[in-house]
Amino acid sequence: MTSNPKHGSRVHERYLRHHKKFPNVWCAGCGIGIVLGAIIRTIDALQIDKNDVAVISGIGCTGRMPVYADFNTMHTTHGRALAFATGLKMVRPDMKVIAVMGDGDALAIGGNHFIHAARRNIGITSIVVNNFIYGMTGGQYSPTTPIGAQAATAPYGHIEQPFPIAELSIAAGAAFVARSTVYHVRELEKYIAQALGNDGFSVVEAVSYCHTTLGRINRWGKAPDMMARLKEQSVSQNKAEKMSEEEKQGLIVRGIFVDRDIPEYTKLYDQVIERAQAEVAK
Amino acid sequence: MTAKQTSKPSTRLMQGDEACAEGAIAAGCRFFAGYPITPATEIAEVLSRRLPQVGGKFIQMEDEISSAAAIIGASVGGAKSMTATSGPGLSLMQENIGYAAMTEIPCVIVDVQRLGPSTGRPTAPSQGDVMQARWGSHGDYPIIALSPSSIRETFDLTIKAFNLSERYRTPVILLMDEVIGHMRERVDIPAPDDIECIDRASTTVPPEWYKPYENFPADVPPLVPFGEGYRYHITGLHHDERGYPTNRLDEVQPWLDRIFRKIDTGLSDILLYEADGIREAEILVIAYGVTARSARYAVEQARARGRKVGYLKLKTIWPFAKEIVEHAAARLHRVIVPEMNRGQVALEVERVVGRHKVRRVTRADGEMIKPVDILAAMEV
Repeated sequence: MTSNPKHGSRVHERYLRHHKKFPNVWCAGCGIGIVLGAIIRTIDALQIDKNDVAVISGIGCTGRMPVYADFNTMHTTHGRALAFATGLKMVRPDMKVIAVMGDGDALAIGGNHFIHAARRNIGITSIVVNNFIYGMTGGQYSPTTPIGAQAATAPYGHIEQPFPIAELSIAAGAAFVARSTVYHVRELEKYIAQALGNDGFSVVEAVSYCHTTLGRINRWGKAPDMMARLKEQSVSQNKAEKMSEEEKQGLIVRGIFVDRDIPEYTKLYDQVIERAQAEVAK
Repeated sequence: MTAKQTSKPSTRLMQGDEACAEGAIAAGCRFFAGYPITPATEIAEVLSRRLPQVGGKFIQMEDEISSAAAIIGASVGGAKSMTATSGPGLSLMQENIGYAAMTEIPCVIVDVQRLGPSTGRPTAPSQGDVMQARWGSHGDYPIIALSPSSIRETFDLTIKAFNLSERYRTPVILLMDEVIGHMRERVDIPAPDDIECIDRASTTVPPEWYKPYENFPADVPPLVPFGEGYRYHITGLHHDERGYPTNRLDEVQPWLDRIFRKIDTGLSDILLYEADGIREAEILVIAYGVTARSARYAVEQARARGRKVGYLKLKTIWPFAKEIVEHAAARLHRVIVPEMNRGQVALEVERVVGRHKVRRVTRADGEMIKPVDILAAMEV
């Protein structure tokens, strides 16, 4: 990872609560810290005031992300980050509200909140760190675990089809949907910046890995090996468009899948207030 | 329902659910999130119309879990927030009620009780959620629960629920029931200037000194909303005074002591009740919610027949008014506790005054307790 000189070399020090609760909880080699770094560098590059940023998470390895960053941070209950974020966004519509979730957090226990937040198109930036597993509890299968993989609760191989996060988000009504990986950090930062720039509900799927659980049980190698797999087994959307379905099988397609300008929920609610107050004034 | 804000007192015929909604507005509630459920739906309907009129916001969430989460999120943003549900919804909200207790975020949860268990009889009244209100979420935490027995009291106790929630940084549950929720009565609404509204304490310290969970000197540390320059962390994990997760026992224990102490030291403010005829009483009737109306009638009847009967109506159910009950029942040999469940407040009364003194008058079939049933318990 090369550092962008325009950010300055001490960008992390200005954003991390480094004098507080470090070291962090993540395993050495984990991709979640890379996502945190990407969020921080993006906010720094966009020059968004820290006081205007709220980072809200649920439970799990990704749920531990907000505590390390010097924003308004909230570590909530499992799956509910978007529901808490919805309340905050409604009363503080000017804040940049970012929900960081893992795949199990966002799509299993929080799946209902996820699709409804997207349907409402409320101005929350969702960053889903997809490591295909429940890492914190020791590697049980999640809604994105690939078919055939072994997991702590799939000792004979996983038989459920995974949720495609990006496609699900699009169908549910999100205004912005993109996917990149923790290997493609600059691209990830670019997508997070664009997600923050879209007024509506935005989703960035940050594909990561869990070498400690899924990697170990399936003999997929250590962190560097799994990082290399993200490079080798992903293609940009441009390339993917020229490929056949067969060729695309098993590949992670990276890109922006939707970027649309649709009315944002809190702005629509302002119109509700106007109509209600006009009725009273009559 | 397009009531204009008036600075004068007014008199209206109101339904209990409507009085709750209007009480919330009067208390300064500016955010409501909820999910439709009988017999609480009218609260959401009224607030969907009324909140935007006063610049507040209403949202119908996808379920009760997210409703409870959303009001906590809104409260963190600085808005006085409320949700309303019935027993099945309260069960779903318990996860985040525990979170609000743990993180000390003010919010009000209204439970218009209906007959359970499970789906039960949705249109039948009950007082079956008393223990759910107290112990519904996992772990040890304090909770405040109030229960009104008239429509005017619903208005007043909704305001009180907000005031206690803001003052003590705790979730407060308003235990209504189907009868109180759907009944209509004349309500004299006080002028807004005569309504006491309490806001959460703010801080004067600079952001770098601010500790959202400071244990001393106050038992209730100030809570600054997100977005005002005080960047801090909120977590459902055990946390230190700055809000960061901790496993240190010397940080966990003082916090735990404080969240119970803040309620204990506020008891004179929190415990609401009405009592009469206690001094000369030979029998005491302890009641709450709609059942207090049957109890009141039974007490009057008994007194007309020359019986010396004391009447104690609990408006605050949790924390339980143990000193008050203990004192009222000290000389007596019989305490009657009528309630629309199998004996939930009776358990507390028995714990305080002794099991042998207590006569339970219970019904858990969705029908109200009649005065004659309470009178009968005086004779046995």
